[in-house]
Amino acid sequence: MRHIISILIENESGALSRVAGLFSARGYNIESLTVAPTEDASLSRMTILTRGSDEVLEQITKQLNKLVDVVKVVDLSEAAHTERELMLIKVRATGKDREEMKRMADIFRGRIIDVTESTYVIELTGSSAKLDSFIAALDAGLILETVRTGVCGIGRGDRILKV
Amino acid sequence: MISGAEIVIRCLQEEKVEYVFGYPGGSVLHIYDALFKQEEVKHILVRHEQAAVHAADAYSRSSQKVGVALVTSGPGVTNTVTGIATAYSDSIPMVVLCGQVPTAYIGQDAFQECDTVGITRPCVKHNFLVKDVKDLAVTIKKAFHIASTGRPGPVVVDIPKDITAQVCEFDYPKTVQMRSYNPVVKGHLGQIKKAVQILQEAKRPIIYAGGGVILSEAAEKLTVLARKLKFPVTNTLMGLGAYPATDPQFVGMLGMHGTFEANNAMHYADVVFAVGARFDDRVIGNPEHYGQEKRRVIHIDIDPSSISKRVKVDVPIVGNVNEVLDEMLKLLDGDVVTDPDVADWWKQIDQWRGRDSLAYRQSAHIMPQYVIEKLYEVTGGDAFVTSDVGQHQMFAAQYYKFDKPRRWINSGGLGTMGVGLPYAMGVLFANPGAQVACVTGEGSIQMCIQELSTCKQFELPIKIINLNNGMLGMVRQWQEMFYSKRYSQSYVTSLPDFVKLAESYGHVGMRIEKPEDVEPALRKAFTEHKNDLVFMDFIIDPGANVFPMVAAGKGLTEMILAEDL
Ligand SMILES: Cc1ncc(C[n+]2csc(CCOP(=O)(O)OP(=O)(O)O)c2C)c(N)n1
Ligand SMILES: [Mg+2]
Repeated sequence: MRHIISILIENESGALSRVAGLFSARGYNIESLTVAPTEDASLSRMTILTRGSDEVLEQITKQLNKLVDVVKVVDLSEAAHTERELMLIKVRATGKDREEMKRMADIFRGRIIDVTESTYVIELTGSSAKLDSFIAALDAGLILETVRTGVCGIGRGDRILKV
Repeated sequence: MISGAEIVIRCLQEEKVEYVFGYPGGSVLHIYDALFKQEEVKHILVRHEQAAVHAADAYSRSSQKVGVALVTSGPGVTNTVTGIATAYSDSIPMVVLCGQVPTAYIGQDAFQECDTVGITRPCVKHNFLVKDVKDLAVTIKKAFHIASTGRPGPVVVDIPKDITAQVCEFDYPKTVQMRSYNPVVKGHLGQIKKAVQILQEAKRPIIYAGGGVILSEAAEKLTVLARKLKFPVTNTLMGLGAYPATDPQFVGMLGMHGTFEANNAMHYADVVFAVGARFDDRVIGNPEHYGQEKRRVIHIDIDPSSISKRVKVDVPIVGNVNEVLDEMLKLLDGDVVTDPDVADWWKQIDQWRGRDSLAYRQSAHIMPQYVIEKLYEVTGGDAFVTSDVGQHQMFAAQYYKFDKPRRWINSGGLGTMGVGLPYAMGVLFANPGAQVACVTGEGSIQMCIQELSTCKQFELPIKIINLNNGMLGMVRQWQEMFYSKRYSQSYVTSLPDFVKLAESYGHVGMRIEKPEDVEPALRKAFTEHKNDLVFMDFIIDPGANVFPMVAAGKGLTEMILAEDL
């Protein structure tokens, strides 16, 4: 099962390596990990996309909670939430492909944020699945470079993760 | 205003630290200078940093206080890693203060620089790098707080040399608050009630008690509770002494080398009451082979991640064992609903006991089990026994009947050869005047043998019981049983003459080769040589094996017994 774990952690040097180290030491999988400070600069918010059985997920949350720097942990995917990922993708845009690329970006509500004679950089936000389908929709030979932020997510409505 | 180095020492004084086990070097010179100028905190100079950490660890194990070690940067730190990992595996509260190169040199591959925080991260409860002298005192306070609360464990504080030279106001906080660290202490009352109910309904109960009982100082409460319920009790290797071994309700240690009755009772129980224990692989073997469909498991542990990790738990109780047992006793003191009827279960257990699974074969040579039996007699069952790792460790655990907590000091989780002698040192500093025996093997003792020198310097009258089989016996046992007797590298050749070796350090050495000499030699060591370190080299039957045995990957009822071979 796919799970999105959100963590509030003290914004201390080394905090990230504690979390990453825990996952590798215990053989848990990390599909993506994002981290940045929150509105309170002493706290970072980390989002980890992982997969595992219910037992594994129970251990992951317990082990994360055990880390001294970790303030709070929730499994966002346990209840209503929204998730987004940002992708920047550089594509070849020459000849008839140039128009086609622009059309594809529009269909997926992407924005072209850098233009040269032969390339575009397209910015796209959405669920990971949407980014995947955008990539699948393009001619693979035209993709020059992709960079994705990994998933970040937030609970819906009154579901708030705060100290 | 005082220097960072003086702050370190003042913090230790505030924490009422009596002994620091350590070894000096460049980056801790300021700290050693501050140490020199005072008398409250005494420094024990070891001969290898690994031993400093083991000694601090055993100081804690045998006293409940936090052990403290002090080492220099680079190799000083890397030498501590085995000791830190050993303490971490057994949840021992310890603070390790490490020197570091000056702040401006960090990251430049400076002389004796290593990434202390990175290297120790996976084997500490927490670690800190101090970046500002103003944070030093509060960091050390936090280190002691974290080490000794919740599930205890080692904490490393990495202190750059420049920080120890800078000055600032000293203000030691009385308490620390950390929003990210608030271990649960009290158990959930609803869960506790449920547990008490289930205990009273039990037909085939077992109390399975581990190191958590000892760490939370709950041995007495556990004993009261068990006697009230009349339930059988088994202890893990780490829990020996949590319930008195000479009590009729004690069915022995369980696990890979547990007794026939303990392992069967654990397997066939309808209610398993796990107290400060964690169902690890050396205890229940393969979880898929473990136990009954209809069994109910109650588990008290301070660490939620230990609950339902390997065995599904029906009634989890997160909390300090001591506090939870307190609540349970209160409930049991009130109007008890029913008195559990365990008479039939005891009949079954007595039948298993009749198997006498610790009986061992006779031999013309000294049998190691016999040495431990005599050690028990000679010391009146009241010694602190430290051990190394191997067959000798299991013999000590099986045949020395520990009636009190904190008397059995060994590396259960990591299984670190070499701990025995430094452990005995730590025990003696925490319990001056106590009888301390170090049960070891000729393999293990050589891993920290240099500490014989420390023992001389501080006149530590340890009795070393070297069960010398001329082999890495535990390795040989597995090779005999599972590798068709291909004894790959399990011989120890070119052994030193241990008697002469001990004598060269200024200690007493004895070599004992005949069974009839075992008891007189032990008596002599513990009376005539009461105040000496005595190295007793027992030449034992090299073929002696540890039984019962549950092979790795098997279930608790699939025991190999001595006579099965
Ligand atoms: C540091 C370390 N290295 C290797 C081992 C693996 N090991 C476990 S028991 C053992 C043999 C110990 O030999 P000895 O100390 O002579 O004890 P015996 O089993 O003969 O009683 C070994 C090598 C270990 N536990 N620790
Ligand atoms: Mg040996």
